[in-house]
Amino acid sequence: MLETVGQKSRFFQPRRTLALLIVLLVFCLMASVFFGSENLNFADLSNLERTILFDVRLPRIFLGACVGASLALAGAALQSLLRNPLADPYLLGVSSGAALGTMLAFVFFTNFEFPRPILAFIGASAATFTVYQMAKSKAGMNVERLALSGVIVTTLLSSIIILFTSLLDATKLRSFTFWLLGDLSQGTKNGFYLVFISAILGGVVLFSQAKALNLMMIGERDALDFGVEVEKVRLIVFVASAFLVGVSVSSSGSVGYVGLIIPHLIRLSVGSDNRLVLPFSAIAGATFIVFADTIARTIIAPRELPVGAITALIGAPMFIYLLKRS
Amino acid sequence: MLEVKNISVGYNGSPVVRNISFTLEKGKIITLLGANGSGKTTILKALNLSLPLIEGEILLEGRLLQSFTRREIARKITVVAQETETKFPVTVLEFVLAGRFAHGSAFGWETQQDLQIARECIKLCDLEGYEERLMNRLSGGERQRAVLARALATQAKILLLDEPTNNLDLSHQALTFRLVKNRCQKCDSAAIVITHDLNLASEFADEIILLSGGTVLTKGTPHEVLTQENLQKVFNVRVLLDENPISRNLRITAIY
Repeated sequence: MLETVGQKSRFFQPRRTLALLIVLLVFCLMASVFFGSENLNFADLSNLERTILFDVRLPRIFLGACVGASLALAGAALQSLLRNPLADPYLLGVSSGAALGTMLAFVFFTNFEFPRPILAFIGASAATFTVYQMAKSKAGMNVERLALSGVIVTTLLSSIIILFTSLLDATKLRSFTFWLLGDLSQGTKNGFYLVFISAILGGVVLFSQAKALNLMMIGERDALDFGVEVEKVRLIVFVASAFLVGVSVSSSGSVGYVGLIIPHLIRLSVGSDNRLVLPFSAIAGATFIVFADTIARTIIAPRELPVGAITALIGAPMFIYLLKRS
Repeated sequence: MLEVKNISVGYNGSPVVRNISFTLEKGKIITLLGANGSGKTTILKALNLSLPLIEGEILLEGRLLQSFTRREIARKITVVAQETETKFPVTVLEFVLAGRFAHGSAFGWETQQDLQIARECIKLCDLEGYEERLMNRLSGGERQRAVLARALATQAKILLLDEPTNNLDLSHQALTFRLVKNRCQKCDSAAIVITHDLNLASEFADEIILLSGGTVLTKGTPHEVLTQENLQKVFNVRVLLDENPISRNLRITAIY
């Protein structure tokens, strides 16, 4: 059934695209294992090298893959739900909401890890609903209003985060600033397990709404007329996206542009059917972050860049190009 | 099929239309006529509960419309809204397949039968060969026909059409009304149509409901409703009424 719709068009080559995406992901995963600030001798691993590989590098790579998949999934779903190809968890302030939640957990529950994803999820949900309510008007929701609401919420939340950072000492401040920009270096095995489970859960929930999102993408009135329970779908997608973004941000900070650029590129290749766009975006998002983090780890080794800086450096010009093209 | 009893509908609790009652029977076409802002679209939105009722009730096959689920309503009542523009690259076939949403499972893929029905409806609306074309690359008229094809793909027995001939050239205006008429007569269906084209209303409607200021001014057959006095009252324009020499229906010409 994968190629039933749109098989004749040059835009639609789902099988080939899927194969290419999987090959790219496997290649990036393998390359990222080999490259790092420490050159490992894979033929004969010492104990230290074993620890670096299994306790540091691999968890970080897999964490990156899950974060990428989560952000791309959330981006693709939010874009369809809000009928806006410019929607992105980062630009809509969802990531900032999650960052503020994590920050609060960081300040008030310093010694416990588990409140971070919970508060991040609450923060992401609150930001999502606020932006949605602000963007909605009697005349509907337009691109400019939504983007502007996202900017307002993001700046407001950023200033609150900055106020809180003044409570941190100098060492914590540096690591927190890195984390804010999107940083996988502080990822832990537990963090990876959590993001992995949330990516699977969130992905399954969003995929279950893919067919309804195909109608929502055309218009809420259309969706309602053709049998979609619009309110229910909206709530499910908002909560699942906030969950995906919240858990990702709590372990890796706000990595930008993944949720924006990846679904956009996937749509150019396979069209807009969310039953293809969602899973394909997840694979491509994972690949993108693993690739970006490999650069972040190695380009100025032994020092590191936050992965969010690399995704923004790649994502922003690519987005301008796509915007001009479309 | 559909019984509308004294409904009042509006936005945020304040009614735009009041005390609307009519019955839609199998095989019939009812046309809603009225000036801009007279509440035609608001009534249409209420008929599939896109807008909640403030007062009154609607019975579908003898049952309260509210007792049906969204999917059940979509299987029985379909809408041809004014053409929509999408920002995403959706093909005509994907767009028309959306009409099959309420039939299959809410998850998974369309069946071969869904695809066959969608292709037939595309053909009926004179869009054969356009299946893989992107909706946002079509002309306004082609998009409007795709909207009609999507509504036909639902196979619902009640069709609600909101200015379905907008953007359509003369031949496709006739095609649209012939399709609707045909479906009503041969498939036990019925339709409610909003149009500004008085001549199309006169040719195709079995009953016309003339609205003014959110209430029914008068209703009846085209001959009963389309009088100089009524049209002067609603549109504030003098008209010349005579008979179409071929169809023998009323012909309306505005005097500017």
